[in-house]
Amino acid sequence: MSDFPNALPRPKGELAELEAIWKLPRGPGVLTVVNNTYIGLAYVATALLFFVLAGILALLMRLQLAVPDNTLIDQGTYNQFFTMHGTVMMFLFAVPVVEAVGILLLPQMQAARDLPFPRLSAFAFWAYLIGGLFFFGSLFFGLAPDGGWFMYPPLTGTRYSPGDNADFWLVGIGFIEISAIAGAIEIIVGILRTRAPGMTLDKMPVFAWAMLVFAGMILFAFPAVILATFLLELERAFQWPFFIPDKGGDPLLWQHLFWFFGHPEVYIIFLPAAGMVSMIVPAMTGVPLVGYRLVVVALVATAFFSFGLWVHHMFATGIPELSLAFFSAASVAVAVPSGIQVFSWIATIAAGRLRLTVPSLFVLGFLAIFVIGGLTGVMVAMVPFDLQTHDTYFIVAHLHYVLIGGMVFPVFAAIYHWTPILSARPLSERLGRWSFGLLFVGVNVTFFPMHIVGLMGMPRRVYTYPEQMGWDWPNLLSTAGAFAIAAGVLVCLVDLALNFRFTTTGSAGNVWRAGTLEWLPNEVYGTRSIPVVSSREPLWDDANLAEDVRAGRYFLPGASTGGRETLITSPIHADPQYLLQIPGPSWRSLLAAAFTAAFFLLLTVKLVVPAVACGVLAVAMIIAWLWQTDPGANHPPVDIGDDLVLPVYVTGPASHSWWAMVALLLVAASLFIALFFSYLYNWTVSPQVWPAATGQRLPVASWPAASATAFMVGSVAMAFSGQMLARAREYGDWPVRLGIACACLALAAGALIELQGHWQTGLRPAMNSYGALVYAVIAVQCQLVAVAVFMGLYTIARSAAGMLTPVRRATFDNTLLFCHYTVGQGLLGLLIVHGFPRIAG
Amino acid sequence: MEAHQAVLSPGGSDAETIATLGWVMFAGGSAIFLGVIGLAVYAHLGGETLRRRLASRRLVFVGGVLFPAVTLTALLTYGLILTGARLAAPEADALRIEVTGEQWWWRVRYPATGDAPEIVTANEIRIPIGRQVEIRLASVDVIHSFWVPSLAGKVDMIPGTVNRIRLHATRTGTYRGQCAEYCGAAHALMAFYVVALEPAQFEDWLAGQRQPAAGPLTALQKQGEGLFLSTGCNGCHAIRGTPAAGTIGPDLTHVGGRLSIAAATLPNAAASFARWIRDNQHIKPNNRMPAFRILPDDQLAALAAYLESLK
Repeated sequence: MSDFPNALPRPKGELAELEAIWKLPRGPGVLTVVNNTYIGLAYVATALLFFVLAGILALLMRLQLAVPDNTLIDQGTYNQFFTMHGTVMMFLFAVPVVEAVGILLLPQMQAARDLPFPRLSAFAFWAYLIGGLFFFGSLFFGLAPDGGWFMYPPLTGTRYSPGDNADFWLVGIGFIEISAIAGAIEIIVGILRTRAPGMTLDKMPVFAWAMLVFAGMILFAFPAVILATFLLELERAFQWPFFIPDKGGDPLLWQHLFWFFGHPEVYIIFLPAAGMVSMIVPAMTGVPLVGYRLVVVALVATAFFSFGLWVHHMFATGIPELSLAFFSAASVAVAVPSGIQVFSWIATIAAGRLRLTVPSLFVLGFLAIFVIGGLTGVMVAMVPFDLQTHDTYFIVAHLHYVLIGGMVFPVFAAIYHWTPILSARPLSERLGRWSFGLLFVGVNVTFFPMHIVGLMGMPRRVYTYPEQMGWDWPNLLSTAGAFAIAAGVLVCLVDLALNFRFTTTGSAGNVWRAGTLEWLPNEVYGTRSIPVVSSREPLWDDANLAEDVRAGRYFLPGASTGGRETLITSPIHADPQYLLQIPGPSWRSLLAAAFTAAFFLLLTVKLVVPAVACGVLAVAMIIAWLWQTDPGANHPPVDIGDDLVLPVYVTGPASHSWWAMVALLLVAASLFIALFFSYLYNWTVSPQVWPAATGQRLPVASWPAASATAFMVGSVAMAFSGQMLARAREYGDWPVRLGIACACLALAAGALIELQGHWQTGLRPAMNSYGALVYAVIAVQCQLVAVAVFMGLYTIARSAAGMLTPVRRATFDNTLLFCHYTVGQGLLGLLIVHGFPRIAG
Repeated sequence: MEAHQAVLSPGGSDAETIATLGWVMFAGGSAIFLGVIGLAVYAHLGGETLRRRLASRRLVFVGGVLFPAVTLTALLTYGLILTGARLAAPEADALRIEVTGEQWWWRVRYPATGDAPEIVTANEIRIPIGRQVEIRLASVDVIHSFWVPSLAGKVDMIPGTVNRIRLHATRTGTYRGQCAEYCGAAHALMAFYVVALEPAQFEDWLAGQRQPAAGPLTALQKQGEGLFLSTGCNGCHAIRGTPAAGTIGPDLTHVGGRLSIAAATLPNAAASFARWIRDNQHIKPNNRMPAFRILPDDQLAALAAYLESLK
C-alpha cells in the first residue's frame, strides 16, 4: 500500500507521545483545559443550562397567564421574566449553543486536531459562563432588566428606567456578544484554514458551510447591537442624548440598529441548525444530500437577504409606505432559500430510505413545525397583515414555531445524532421517542392556540388579561402544552444522565454508518492521522478509511514538533501549507475571562475602584496569555508524510493569525459603518440640532488637517518600522522600536487633536444629538487608538525581549495591520465629521 | 358590555380588508403546508417510481425556487395593492382627533372647529360610522402603540414624532383597543374603547361633551365636589366648569359618562371610583396617581358619587 503518506508499522512510542501531549490536565488543572472537545462539550452543557433556566421562566409566565386576572406573579416580576426569557434564550442559549456545537464538531468534521486558537475558545467559553451566570443571577436581586429583550428607548433611558436593571442588560449583553464574536473569528479561521487536505470548499460538509455563513453574519450583525448598547449606555451614564427627542435624538435609531442585528440574528440561529439537518438527513437515509450546491447557495442567499429586511420589525412605526414595500418584498424573498432546503431534505428522503431513529423524528418534527413558522412568516411580511398581528400573540406563535421548530428541534436531533461520537454508548431510542413525542405535541399545543388568541386581539408582554376577552381557553391550553414541553426536555435530560458517558477513547462510534469525517475514530488528539479527502462522504467511498486513519497511515500520525499541532491548509483547495503549533492548557485564558467578566459586572453596579482593579488584572492576564503566542520558527520544517515537508511557522497572508486579524478588522469596520449610519440618520431626522440650524461653529480646517497629518505619520512610521524589521540584521532593533513608538505617539496625537478641535468650539456631547454623535465618532476612534497603542507597546516589549526578528514577526504584522486600519478609519471619520456638515449643512 | 377586539370580526373598512387578506393567506398557507407534508410522506412511504421522481434536484428547484417565486410574487402584488390604497390623501370631511399615549392611559382631544371649543377626554373615543376619521398619534413619554383590531391595524405612538391612523367604521358598536407596544410597568392595563355611533347620535354626544360639567345635584355630590377641590385632585385633573384645571391626569369633565375608568381597567360605577381612589396602586401598580388611603369611607363615597354624576 504505497499510496498512503505514511508507512506502517508506525514507530514505537509515537502514539504514546501523542497521547501524552494531548492528555487532560489532572486535579483542579482540569479547569485549564482548552481542547475543543472539552470546551465544546462544556459550552453545549452551559447553553443547555441556560435553556432550562429560561424555560423555567417561561413556565412561570405560563402559570400566570393560565387564567384571567391572575395574581400569581406581579407585573414588575413578570416584566423581568419576559425580558430575561427572551434575552437568555437568544443570547445565552441560541447563539452560544450553535457556536458550541461548531467548536465541538468542526475540528472532527475536518479532521483537524483542534481549532487554531484553543485558548480563545476557552476564553470565550469562560467569559460566557461567568458573565451569563451573573446576568441571570440579577433576577434574584430584583435587578434583572425589565425593558423587553429589545430594550427600546426612551423606556430604557434613565428617565423611565432609573435603576441598574437596564445597565445589566446593556453591559452584560455587550460583554457576552464580545465572547460570541471571539468564537466566530475562531470558527471562521478554523473552517477556512484547518480542513483536511483535499477537502475543497465544495467538498466541505454542509454544517461547515452553515457555520462559516453563521460566523460571517456575526461579524457584520453583532457590531450594530454592540454600538447600540454602547450609545445607550453613554446616554444613561453621561446624558449623551442619542435617543432623546427633546435634544434631537430619535428612539427609532435604536430600533434600526437593534433590528439590523436582530433580524440577521434569527438566521444566525437558524442556519447552523439547518446545517445540522443537512448532515443528519443524509446520514439517516444513507445517500448524499440532493442539491448540495443549491443548499450552499441557499445558505449564502439567506445571509444576504437577512441584512435587508430588518425594517419588517418596524412596519408600525410610521415609516413611509414606499420603503415598507421594499422591506416587505425582501422579507418575502427570504422564504425562497428556506424552501430550497426543505425540498432538498424531502428529495434526499426520497432518494434513500429514512431510518426512523430519534434524530430522524426530530428532523421530521422540525420540518412540520418550521414550515408552519415559515408560512406565518410570509403572512406577517405582508404589511397590512403585520399591522394587525405585530406585537400580538400571533407573533409569539410565529417566532416560537420558527425558533423551536427551526432551531431547538435540530439541536435535539443533533444531541441524539452526535452523542455516539463523545459517549461510550448512544442515547436511548426509547426515551428519545418519548422526549420527541412530548416535545412535538407540547410545542403545538402551546403555540398553535397563540395564533388564535393573537387574532382575537391579545397583545404580547401583558402580565394579565381581563376575563371578558374570551382569551382564557387558548391560554389555558398553552399553559398545559408548556408543561408537556417541559416534560419532553426533562426526559431528554434523564436520558443524558443515564446514558451519556463522556469518553475520548472508546466512544460508541459510527452507529448510524454516516459518511463524514467526524465519525472517524476520535481520541483526545482528534484522529490519529489526518486523511486526504476526495469526496463529500469519505467514509462511504473508502470502507477502510477509518482503519487506515487509526493505524496512522495518513498525514501527521504523531507529534512531529513534540507539542500540540494541527495542519493548516489553504482556504479554497485545502492544500497543506504549514504545521501550526497550538497552545495547550493554561490558567491565563481562564483568568483573563474571569477578570474581564468581573470588570464589566462591577462596572454595572458602579463599584468603580474594584472594577478598575479587575480590568488591570484582566489586561495583565491577556498579556501573559499573548506572550506565549507567536513562537517563531522554533523547529525545522517537518515531514508529515509522503515527503511533504511543511514549515512550522508562517507569517503574512498565509498565516492563520493574519486571517483572524482581518476578521477582527471587519468587526471594527461593521461597527464604524453602523456609527456612520447613525450619524447620517440623525441628520435626516433632526436637522434642527445640526450646525446649519444651531449656528454651532465647526473647528477650522487646520484642526482636522493636523489630526489627519498625525494619523498619516503614524501609518508611515509603522511602515518604516516594518522595513526596518526586514533589515534588522543590518540596522539592529532600535529603528524598529523607534518607528513603533513614533507611530503610537502620532496616533494618540491624532485622536487628541480631533478631540480638542471640537472641544474648543464649545460643542459638548450632552448638548444635543449632533454633539453626542460627533463625540461618539471620536470615542470609537479613541478606543481603536488605545488598542493600537497598547499593541504597539506590546510589540516593542516583544522586541526588547528578543522575540521580534525578521522571521518571527507575526505579532508585528498584526500590529501593523491594526494601525493601518486605525489610521484609515480615523481619516474617514475626519472626512465625515468635518466634511459632511460643511456640504450638507 | 360586548366590545370587539378581534382581527377577524371587523367593524371598519381597514380591518375588513386585512381580514380578507388573512383568510386568503390562511387558506393558501394550509394548502401549502398539507402539500409539503404530503410530499414528505410520499418521499418516505411512496412507491419506488414516485420516490425516484422526487429524489432529484428538479424537485428542489421546482419546489424551492419556482413555486415560491410564483406564489410569493402574486401574494406580494396583492399586498402592495392593499398598501398602496393607504397612500391616498385624507377625505375632505374627515373627522380629526388627537390621541396622546401616556404611561398608562390615553389623552383624547377633539380639536376646536369653527366656534366649537376643543374637547379633552380620556380612554374613550367616539366616532361616527360611514365617515373617515383621521387620528394624530403622539406620545409624551415612551413608545406606545394605538390598536383597535376590529377597526384597523396598529400604529406606534413615538415621542418626538406625530403618526397618523385612519379609521373608517362601517358598523355601530363598541370596540376595544389596547396598547400594543410594551411601555413599561402597567402596559397590560392600558386599554380604551372606541364607540362607533350613527352620525346623528355622534353629533349629540359631541354637543354634550362641549358643555362644561353639570353642577352637583345632591348634598353628597356637593360634598364630593368640595373634596375634589380641597384634597388635591384638582392638582392633576381638570373638570371644566369648576376651578379644577390640572393637566397631569385625565380630564374628568364628563367622566361619569364614559364606559370605564383607569384606561378600561374598571367598569364605570361609583364603587369603582371609590376603589380606584383608595386602592389604585394595587389595581394598577406604578400608575402616576397616589393612593388616597387616608380618606375615610364617607368622603370616598362622596367623591365617588360626585365623579359618577359627571355624565
